[in-house]
Amino acid sequence: MDIGSNMAENHPVGFQWVMEARMRGATVIHVDPRYTRTSAVSNMHVPIRAGTDIAFLGGMINYILENDKYFEEYVKAYTNAPVIISEEFRDAEDAGGLFSGWDPESGSYDTETWQYAGMEAQGASGQREQGGATGEQAHYAQGGDLEQGMPPERDETLEHPRCVFQILKKHYRRYTPEKVEEITGISRDLFLKVCEKVCENSGRERTTSFAYAVGWTQHTVGVQNIRAAAIVQLLLGNIGRPGGGIMALRGHASIQGSTDIPTLFNILPGYIPMPHAHAHQNLTTFVERNAAPSGYWGNMKAYTVSLLKAYWGEAATAENDYCFDHLPRLTGDHSIYPAIMGMVDGWCKGFFVMGQNPAVGAANGKLQRLALANLDWLVVRDLVETETASFWYDGPEIETGELRPEDIGTEVFFLPAASHVEKEGSFTNTQRLLQWRNKAVEPEGDCRSELWFMYHLGNKVREKLAGSEDPKDRAVLDLAWDYPVDEEAGVDEPDAHSVLREINGWDAENNALPGYTSLKDDGSTSCGCWIYCGVYADEVNQANRRKPASEQSWVAPEWAWAWPMNRRIIYNRASADPEGKPWSERKKYVWWDEEQEQWTGHDVPDIQATKRPDYVPPDDATAEDAIRGDRPFIMQADGTGWLYVPAGLTDGPLPTHYEPEESPFENALYGQRANPARQRFLRDDNPYNPSGGQPGVEVFPYVLSTYRLTEHHTAGGMSRSTEHLSELMPEMFCEVSPELAEKVGLNNGGWATIVTTRAAIEARVLVTDRLAPLKVQGEETYLVGMPYHWGSKGVVKGDSANDLIGLSLDPNVHIGEYKVATCDIRPGRRPRGPALVEFVEDYRRRAGARRVGVNEGGGS
Amino acid sequence: MGIRDLIPSWPVMQQLRGGDRLALGKAARSSRQAELKPRTAGADEVVKSICPYCAVGCGQRVYVKDGEITQIEGDPDSPISRGRLCPKGAASRNFVQSPLREYRVKYRRPHATEWEELDLDTALDMIADRVIKTRGETWEDEDEEGRHLHRTLGFAHLGGATLDNEENYLIKKFFTAMGAIQIENQARI
Repeated sequence: MDIGSNMAENHPVGFQWVMEARMRGATVIHVDPRYTRTSAVSNMHVPIRAGTDIAFLGGMINYILENDKYFEEYVKAYTNAPVIISEEFRDAEDAGGLFSGWDPESGSYDTETWQYAGMEAQGASGQREQGGATGEQAHYAQGGDLEQGMPPERDETLEHPRCVFQILKKHYRRYTPEKVEEITGISRDLFLKVCEKVCENSGRERTTSFAYAVGWTQHTVGVQNIRAAAIVQLLLGNIGRPGGGIMALRGHASIQGSTDIPTLFNILPGYIPMPHAHAHQNLTTFVERNAAPSGYWGNMKAYTVSLLKAYWGEAATAENDYCFDHLPRLTGDHSIYPAIMGMVDGWCKGFFVMGQNPAVGAANGKLQRLALANLDWLVVRDLVETETASFWYDGPEIETGELRPEDIGTEVFFLPAASHVEKEGSFTNTQRLLQWRNKAVEPEGDCRSELWFMYHLGNKVREKLAGSEDPKDRAVLDLAWDYPVDEEAGVDEPDAHSVLREINGWDAENNALPGYTSLKDDGSTSCGCWIYCGVYADEVNQANRRKPASEQSWVAPEWAWAWPMNRRIIYNRASADPEGKPWSERKKYVWWDEEQEQWTGHDVPDIQATKRPDYVPPDDATAEDAIRGDRPFIMQADGTGWLYVPAGLTDGPLPTHYEPEESPFENALYGQRANPARQRFLRDDNPYNPSGGQPGVEVFPYVLSTYRLTEHHTAGGMSRSTEHLSELMPEMFCEVSPELAEKVGLNNGGWATIVTTRAAIEARVLVTDRLAPLKVQGEETYLVGMPYHWGSKGVVKGDSANDLIGLSLDPNVHIGEYKVATCDIRPGRRPRGPALVEFVEDYRRRAGARRVGVNEGGGS
Repeated sequence: MGIRDLIPSWPVMQQLRGGDRLALGKAARSSRQAELKPRTAGADEVVKSICPYCAVGCGQRVYVKDGEITQIEGDPDSPISRGRLCPKGAASRNFVQSPLREYRVKYRRPHATEWEELDLDTALDMIADRVIKTRGETWEDEDEEGRHLHRTLGFAHLGGATLDNEENYLIKKFFTAMGAIQIENQARI
């Protein structure tokens, strides 16, 4: 199942494996609003209305449950289906689309009532490092203090009305094939065919996998889209098994790595939460608040102390709580979007942009550029001058006269960067594989790596602050910041191997650690990212292993290194049955070897090597020892895969169909129109189009979605700068169906202007059957599709699609709803200069209030 | 070439002698073509790398001659990509040698209409001064309830998904020590 992704075009080389599977008889299904080259080589293309994936997946869940197609043994043993939920829990079915705990005033949920029955105050609201209206998803341990890793109340027959299995059944009962058709536009017959195919291909002998990309994540229900797939896959027994899983097809070379070792506000390396501000907090209470005692997060103190040792070295001691108070504290959402608003509003004054181009790549481009224009200083590091570096003299607002260079006070530093072949280091790819790149040539001129930049900037700042008595400078001066430099290169490039070794960590004798199970909470070990511990085992850069594929097994364990512990499939304990035997010979992966009394198989088993399948934890067991031998999901406090999420999400324990922020339709299932907890920015510079049921909805009658092309990369900095790729795909365009072209008078190859309340842009028109109109709630609905790669710089130039998109976010992870909005489209080019501003303003007036939706709270 | 070699070398002869009866391959090769060599053949060094575009992580072989990159090809050893590259990966030499690449620091003064040149070390020094100043002006030691904050919201960072793990590690480590928390990347975009 490829859904929310166009794998053939955007991950073409990875897609060779899908084609290979198809040649061996696999069925490939592509669910996507557009018919793309992925659809062309799939067995089935299922056109879906953008933003209705939960209705589709919810329909699948209903099909699986109503027709008894679930993998019963797997579900009973490996998921939380039997667990009984608190009596106080009320499902969205009972309250028009809102779960219990909704607080209309704060626009957020109190998640207390979603807990497992028999557990006291497990949400501990306000205590965990998440929470409130601007809470974020917890990446770490959840599930509370379970004795022996067991939830207090279970019903193994799955019949108790409050057990997860029955709650699930009830929640999705109305997601019938007819409802799916009404909401998504997918015909009932086609929908049922997909369900049959997926179910037939799941069980002991077979597995089905899902692949997705930002077509799923960039929504106000982004996290719940993935959750819905997780429910399908857990019910069908497709997690932790070869050929199963839910695969995120990530779009940047190391976006996985930049989440593991985060450049993200809410986490520290290895998904340890950044601490929130609390009264009387120390390291011990921080760990207690955030880690369940059972499961691997039971060792969170060891991971955290080792990280603090890596950061502050000898300065971090037991006496000073390992410099825990050197860590800055969070008080809410400090993600990039509030920071951008802070730039517009003047409290965020400086900005480093390294290898990113928000002036083109981020939603509401005008807001992004106005933010840049109001900074004191901006540092842009890239290979070419991007639109983020040039906004002050050639941005769209300069053209319209809204900004003049002379009026922009931003001091801009553009620093040329070294390319991927001019420096060494590791990328973490989409399957958690760390792959090392060796340096081929030295960078020219002033080009430098970010490693060089950060190291030397750090040195400069530390020199300037040296001798400071100011307590706030202590954390900077205490930093362990001495990396050997490569003198041969002549530019004092820090040694990337030594940084990777610090990430791996070392023991008290300075030996590289073999893996995270060696980490201690007494300050005797140092480790910069616990999940990467082992990448430098035996003092060898394991990420640089390149044993040819032809000389090793199909799992290829000696090519590079996968976190954690070089496991290629995580939770692979689930590939064996509760007794430790493979579910089938055909799907054999890891299993219990009774003779050797240990786990073995094709991969590194994802369970303690000698933990017997019939292991039952003693009463005093903690961490991984508190998880039974037949529980594969060892990061969870109860060792199970969660069909129902009792804690850790801000917008509901079960995925529920809501319409996007902007949609021509009302919600056909609930009174609640859109995700009630979604994050919005109600400001004049971020207006929303009116949606179904609201006055003015007819002004923006079409659905808009954006996507990538094979020949271009994201905001274009790495592709519009190349002649070859620019020649292959030279011009911005939009795709419309012949029906829509006829309706509004668009000609193939001619120009169109696309308008939202944020902006109007122009594009060449491609009239194509690939975007078939869909019948939704009895009405024809039309999609306007467009790539978002263009901007004002590069070998080829064009208008930016992201200027059209507004900022509304998923409440768990603060990702923007980039993949669906509403728009108008008309023939011809857009107005130029000040006339463009007036043109958009006119649309706003016709659509009603400027700040559309101000009064649309949780009841919308 | 003597007559003994010349006649059998004629395409028609090669065609008749079998092996390539349709003259689509060897039989149609000219002597000039026989002497052609791929750019990769004369490389001083072949360096193993990874494609910088999407997250599939295809293996690359970077061919270097006289300190210059002459070609970037797929690495057949990779169990992920088996030697293949997509149009972007195949264009990565063109990317790193783009005519639009910048090799010098550029500086724009407030309210200026033009870029200026600036020495790299001076730029780094000026940036260090700006960071220290902004941090000082926007420092929050504790909130109104007396809770420890130890931070600045005065500056932000964006980027990282195209960078190396080691680079991201230093970015997070240094900025965290500076008390900056708005350290972000493409993951939310």
